[in-house]
Amino acid sequence: MTTIRISDDALARACGADELAAAFEKAGASVERTSSWGMQWLEPLVEVDGKGYGPATPDDVTAILDGSSDKGIGVIAEHPFIAGQQRLTFARAGKTRPLSLDDYEATGGWSGLKRAREIGPEAIVEEVLSSGLRGRGGAGFPAGIKWKTVAGAQADQKYIVCNADEGDSGTFADRMVMEGDPFALIEGMAIAGEAVGATKGYVYLRSEYPDAIDKMEKAVRACAHIVAPFVCEIRAGAGAYVCGEETSLLNSLEGKRGEVRAKPPLPALKGLFGKPTVVNNVLTLAAVPHILMEGGASLYDSLGIDRSKGTMPIQLAGNIKHGGLYEVAFGITLGELVNEIGGGTQSGRPVKAVQVGGPLGAYIHPDQFDIPFDYEAYTAADALIGHAGITVFDDTADMGAMARFAMEFCAAESCGKCTPCRLGAVRGMEVIDRIRVGGRELAGVETEPQMHNMPKKGRSPDEEIQLLEDLCETMKFGSLCALGGFTPYPVMSALKHWPEDFRK
Amino acid sequence: MSSSQKLAEIIADHKGREGALLPILHDVQKEFGCVDENSEKAIAEGLNLSRAEVHGVVSFYHDFLKQADPRPVVQICRAESCKARGVEALMDDANKAAGERVRLSTVYCLGLCSSGPNARIGDKLHARLDSAALTKLIENA
Ligand SMILES: Cc1cc2nc3c(=O)[nH]c(=O)nc-3n(C[C@H](O)[C@H](O)[C@H](O)COP(=O)(O)O)c2cc1C
Ligand code: SF4
Ligand code: FES
Repeated sequence: MTTIRISDDALARACGADELAAAFEKAGASVERTSSWGMQWLEPLVEVDGKGYGPATPDDVTAILDGSSDKGIGVIAEHPFIAGQQRLTFARAGKTRPLSLDDYEATGGWSGLKRAREIGPEAIVEEVLSSGLRGRGGAGFPAGIKWKTVAGAQADQKYIVCNADEGDSGTFADRMVMEGDPFALIEGMAIAGEAVGATKGYVYLRSEYPDAIDKMEKAVRACAHIVAPFVCEIRAGAGAYVCGEETSLLNSLEGKRGEVRAKPPLPALKGLFGKPTVVNNVLTLAAVPHILMEGGASLYDSLGIDRSKGTMPIQLAGNIKHGGLYEVAFGITLGELVNEIGGGTQSGRPVKAVQVGGPLGAYIHPDQFDIPFDYEAYTAADALIGHAGITVFDDTADMGAMARFAMEFCAAESCGKCTPCRLGAVRGMEVIDRIRVGGRELAGVETEPQMHNMPKKGRSPDEEIQLLEDLCETMKFGSLCALGGFTPYPVMSALKHWPEDFRK
Repeated sequence: MSSSQKLAEIIADHKGREGALLPILHDVQKEFGCVDENSEKAIAEGLNLSRAEVHGVVSFYHDFLKQADPRPVVQICRAESCKARGVEALMDDANKAAGERVRLSTVYCLGLCSSGPNARIGDKLHARLDSAALTKLIENA
């Protein structure tokens, strides 16, 4: 009997993978549900003897089974989108059944943890340091240094907290790890526990990811005996973007409002319930099992450029022809990612703008496409790698509207703790609206004769723009966290590159 | 089981856990479709918190509603990647299809960002929507 492999990843399912799998079973084939290869424009992708067909519908079943389907893409592993990648974190993508312990072990699973237990805490921290691994959640802070701080702290209880809040639009790599290779994340957390002396771990997982919550719950139960004495627990978020910020996340885990805490104290010293806590992103922790394998750290360190070491699971999204997950060493240019690998826009129209790093990342103009994927290079360009989501827009995009949305999003998701963010974002929306309608006239009480100190006329669009620039400066420098502090980047970059979109 | 019994049961289920409040609120929201004043009061008593503390938490998070809404809900992603793929152009038709019968709510990202516009109904996700497909989803919700 032919074995058919179809992903059970949320995206494949949202594109009809379950119905397709049922149709194959009805036709007498045996179906295995695997993780996704990450070629999302081809989902649901059907794999038969290593060859791929997609995007497939139940109508394609007969033709795929008798080999006459015209949706073939050849051998999947040799497809340029896959062959061009260097997959370490996503080494199992497309190849294993996510919840099969057998598949996991057969592909090197648990060998990082086993070795970690042999070499002991100090050597683990040393290897993570020497790998050059930096936090993948956005700030790019060296993971080894954080671990060392927690390891050095004295306390009766320490915690490993996995940040699985993945709120940035254009990102889905955390989701794919949790749905496709959940044991790798748990193994990474157990290794972190081993390194710093923590026996309790929490995964804070956004409620917008029902499939990932389900898979992680099952995975935690299935491997409890392997990671013991380390205990892992899944906690669902409640729809607040700001809870991805680590101190807000800790408050939320503690059962409080997700308000950001001032630092210091660092979570590494006073984190969850005031105890020393490692907070790392899913991708950071999922990179660890590989790094802890024999020779893993030096391989990681040998990849990438400058201080950006190893590989990054880049997410190609938005109006892009070949969207999906592309893991590659740092250094690749944005132009290669968008035009060559991504194949340009899905609409076939010219690329107008690209937002890298989620809602707090700058809008990048195609003129800047030679920028290499590197934390410092992006910072130097007033841009952000963040969680490495890339959202492509074609020439129909209205960048004035996108700038307004950046403010709207900040207003909706602000935790409310500081004024420049809580009020600034609302005022930002209003200013942009006024720029777009051509400024404002004096009105109401302003026109009364006794208002001697009022300006004598309204504001021109140029004066409103000046106001927006001032407001953005205030938000940048006066906000406690990056929600208020970075929202100016998408706004100001849109204004700089596409000023015509602000004048109607 | 009466609703106050059910509530007491949910609280008892989680009471011993670290950071029990959010798991309790999730269960209450799921069971009753909201976290109303009565629930807030019972939870506050159960966890030895003030009602203000519990209310502060409930009102902070988008997932918890003050009042139950009996209508079916369709969540539509309107974040950047879905905007880049044209979700805004579908909203007029979506609102018309929803009318008063269906509640449309906005969500910022479902993690299907290469394949939007996307929507969620219950725990089921829907990708690659055009106006006809979204309208049909709403009509069948
Ligand atoms: C508003 C805001 C949202 C954030 N959202 C996330 C998120 O969803 N996931 C994440 O891992 N980090 C997020 N971060 C970064 C975290 O604060 C923190 O730097 C990260 O969890 C540390 O882990 P890492 O060193 O492994 O990246 C966010 C930060 C801010 C300011
Ligand atoms: S910048 Fe905004 S989200 Fe961040 S702490 Fe201040 S109010 Fe809260
Ligand atoms: S932006 Fe809509 S699913 Fe991510």
